[in-house]
Amino acid sequence: MMDIGLGHYLTLAAALFTMGIFGIFLNRRNVIIILMCIELMLLAVNINFVAFSSFLGDLTGQVFSMFILTVAAAEAAIGLAILVIFFRNKGSIAVEDISSMKG
Amino acid sequence: MLQPLAFYLFATITLLSGLMVITAKNPVHSVLFLILAFFNAAGLFVLLGAEFVAMILVIVYVGAVAVLFMFVVMMLDTGFAELRKGALQYVPLGLIIGGVLLAELITVYSAWEFSPQAASNLVSAKGNLENTRALGEILYTDYVYAFQVSGLILLVAMIGAIVLTHRTRPGVRKQRIYDQNNRKREDAMTVVKVETGAGV
Repeated sequence: MMDIGLGHYLTLAAALFTMGIFGIFLNRRNVIIILMCIELMLLAVNINFVAFSSFLGDLTGQVFSMFILTVAAAEAAIGLAILVIFFRNKGSIAVEDISSMKG
Repeated sequence: MLQPLAFYLFATITLLSGLMVITAKNPVHSVLFLILAFFNAAGLFVLLGAEFVAMILVIVYVGAVAVLFMFVVMMLDTGFAELRKGALQYVPLGLIIGGVLLAELITVYSAWEFSPQAASNLVSAKGNLENTRALGEILYTDYVYAFQVSGLILLVAMIGAIVLTHRTRPGVRKQRIYDQNNRKREDAMTVVKVETGAGV
């Protein structure tokens, strides 16, 4: 109980990841919250990487965690830019309205 | 004694603020709870001995990404309350999928045998190098190509975001230096030879 091991961190990351998945369903119409849920899931993955890196004594996990941060920042910037131009054109950010390509 | 206490504190606040991110009525509150979650995750990283990643998390996520979210939430003038209408009908499906995923993850983790050394070899870096220096030494040698590619990704994302959101508004008078430089003397004036006493 008082000894924090790898399992504690993995459990935390699993709970956070599941929370991100559930948040996508809970806020199914709001694209901004969905993007935030994706950030939460990426954070859970980062916790996994850093925990493994720290407990295995191998710094590679931290390097890849930084790459994940890079990609997450790029993804957030592009996603929010797409959201802004969509709102400018349609005046709405509801997911159902994003259907003009009939995909 | 202090370390488990700090872990449970950070982990609890991270999970609770994650819960508030997905359940808050107001998206501004969601962003603020996201910032709280990132701060506490940075605290967990410090506990793990990864100081550099913790600071990068604070700078990149809190300083850039969360503020970007905040800008966009405040820029979009839309009724966020009506976006939540009818959201509850997807809760059972979300609970099923989330529960299945959580059960799978727990199954995977509980099947593992952690070696007894795993709890004790909490190291930040090998030898007596501090975390940042050790990270730099492998980032700029073993992973230099991946590092360059991540810089390229950021460049592409930056150009993409600018190109996507840039718009040319009609009716705006701007200085066009190319046109100015290409303007010839004949376009603007004519030289007239005036006869003496005749007038133009």
